[in-house]
Amino acid sequence: MEKLSIKERMAIDRCVMPEQDPLERAGNFNEVNLGLAEELALQEAQRCLECKKPACMEGCPVNVNIPRFIGRLIERDFAGAAESLSLDNALPAITGRVCPQETQCESQCIRGKKGKPVAIGYLERFVADWARVNSKGDILKAPAKGKKVAVIGAGPAGLTAAGELSRKGYEVTVYEALQKTGGVLVYGIPEFRLPKKIVQSEVDRLIQSGVKIETNTVVGRTWTLNELREKFDAVFIANGAGLPVFMNVPGENLKGVYSANEYLTRVNLMGAWKFPESDTPVISGKRVCVVGGGNVAMDAVRTAKRLGAEEAIIVYRRSKTEMPARVEEVHHAEAEGIRFEMLTAPLEVQGNETHWVSGLKCQRMELGEPDASGRRRPVPIPGSEFVIPCDVVVVAIGTRANPLLTATCPEMKLNRKGNIEVDENGMTSIPGVFAGGDIVRGAATVILAMGDGKRTAAAIDNYLSSK
Amino acid sequence: MFKVIANTQLSPNVWRLDVMAPRIAQIRQAGQFVIVCKGENCERVPLTIADASPKEGWISLVIQAIGKSTRQLVALQAGEFIRDISGPLGKPTELAAPGQKAVCVGGGVGTGVVHPIAQGLHAKGVKVVSVIGGRSKPWVFFEQELKRYGEVVVCTDDGSYGRKGFVTDAVREQLEAGGVDTVYAVGPVPMMRAMAQLTKPFGVHTVVSLNPIMVDGTGMCGGCRVTVGNEVKFACVDGPEFDGHQVDFDNLWDRLGSYKTQEKEALDLFLQECQCAKQ
Repeated sequence: MEKLSIKERMAIDRCVMPEQDPLERAGNFNEVNLGLAEELALQEAQRCLECKKPACMEGCPVNVNIPRFIGRLIERDFAGAAESLSLDNALPAITGRVCPQETQCESQCIRGKKGKPVAIGYLERFVADWARVNSKGDILKAPAKGKKVAVIGAGPAGLTAAGELSRKGYEVTVYEALQKTGGVLVYGIPEFRLPKKIVQSEVDRLIQSGVKIETNTVVGRTWTLNELREKFDAVFIANGAGLPVFMNVPGENLKGVYSANEYLTRVNLMGAWKFPESDTPVISGKRVCVVGGGNVAMDAVRTAKRLGAEEAIIVYRRSKTEMPARVEEVHHAEAEGIRFEMLTAPLEVQGNETHWVSGLKCQRMELGEPDASGRRRPVPIPGSEFVIPCDVVVVAIGTRANPLLTATCPEMKLNRKGNIEVDENGMTSIPGVFAGGDIVRGAATVILAMGDGKRTAAAIDNYLSSK
Repeated sequence: MFKVIANTQLSPNVWRLDVMAPRIAQIRQAGQFVIVCKGENCERVPLTIADASPKEGWISLVIQAIGKSTRQLVALQAGEFIRDISGPLGKPTELAAPGQKAVCVGGGVGTGVVHPIAQGLHAKGVKVVSVIGGRSKPWVFFEQELKRYGEVVVCTDDGSYGRKGFVTDAVREQLEAGGVDTVYAVGPVPMMRAMAQLTKPFGVHTVVSLNPIMVDGTGMCGGCRVTVGNEVKFACVDGPEFDGHQVDFDNLWDRLGSYKTQEKEALDLFLQECQCAKQ
């Protein structure tokens, strides 16, 4: 194929991701984004200027060689593009869907300076989806090292580390507390944003490559960390963020109040969206308030809409610009008819005589001086109290460290919040025990957890090679 | 996969399932529970480990058949499988000190839950008196099992077996006689509430085992939150046993009713299907 000139490339407009009609999709759990067709993907790839010093790579937490895979794509070498991607990123079909590209790779793209950046996330997804269907998925593996590594948690950090370590020749066993593998990818992120069959195919690939997965195993209960240390040469803890944080306002124990963790776990992991075909129920409110402004809040509010809510409302104490959610999720939510009550803080969950939620009493806020996070602090406006009538409230204001595992090994150093402290190699205060993902960072993103998994796998390899 | 090796009916609505789960059998302690998920599309059901054999590798689950999920579980026959069992979960029972005296009270299916507590207490050298009850003779179970650990007082509402009356009457006598250090009470919420009210004036420490609605059982969902001494606790990781004098039973009872409508819908459909299958 003849290469286009820079001028010709600059003349191409950014593609638009085909998606399900907003009104239709608000009533189903099918994936919203439909993916780029081949010609559209090739056209988008040609927008890349193949910079000598690609800034996009610096914006990527796992430093995917973006121009390399896009370069192969421009040459219509799909298998080559997939191979290139797989060298840097173990779960491209997932990151292509859930990464906040607009604050990472795409925010650094040179084309974004005078127009719109290359749709790197869409292209990543295109290549990964192509590979899932077309490639045999042969995994190049180093000879067996005769050493064993335990990975605690089958979420993004754990799966990434397991893949990397297995490829390096280690015998890897992943311990998962729940009955299914994927962690937040299966219990948290809804089907309409990340179809579970995609997560499953990534897990299947790991199992094919020789990774052992033990579900129903709660480390801290079923096995202690010290027992695993005796059986393995190294341990990687990636058991996630854990405990939901509640608002600590009156009425939070009324019937109809959920943590986002519970609400989403019921719907995603347990399949409550197809109740009674699935046995686990969820209360599908007519008017649902979701408190919070992150991706989890967006997932919960859009889920409420799909469960049949006439009105699904985001209640967030700052303004839209401060919302930590991915921009695409906010746009999708808006198109689906989600109501946004910005600069609004809950004061109390109100209940009726039978102790069901009847409303959320709130207060209007205004933005004051910047706080420690650099965002302007919300300040209450006196006398602005009002009630949003609703029958379900979902609290999506974050999580804190689950002490289940760490409580069984008091010698491990934790920070004030109960998260595990690690050194620059991801090693904890216990030699040979490493940690990454949300249990170290607090609630973060899938890609940061994967980055931890990848870097720590390299550190574990170094550690065990030098032993 | 976890193999069912025996299924025994204990009362008109309670069954005992013995299931192979060697690791759990080896390390479980009194008061701990497992989460059972029978298969695809099934609920995760928390069940106390009623007994176990570390040597033979089985655990016992005592199950009251109420809704669809529990009815499906008690229908499992020896040789069939449960897909997922995770545990042991929850904090172990805080057992009374050797030489002390404890009264273990079981109402209905709670008798199955109080059994491992009596077992643990006995092994530690605590004097155990068990008080168990049911509406009539067929509803009483585990009398022989509990006798291994000490005296057993049986109460039936209609007097068809043991003494006539509620377990509270028998426990009151124990308290009045004196020398009781701790009461462990497990049963329906109204029974545990009544027991806590009964023991309070005697100043006897009272432990109850709570059964709120749970999903993951590892502290992740917060669905099992209960109010204890005005603080919110997660029964799965902070419990399931708490100081009965501190528990807000009203809130527990209330939250247990969160899914009444859906539970009935699922059960009705299930029973219809069973009928169709039979015809």
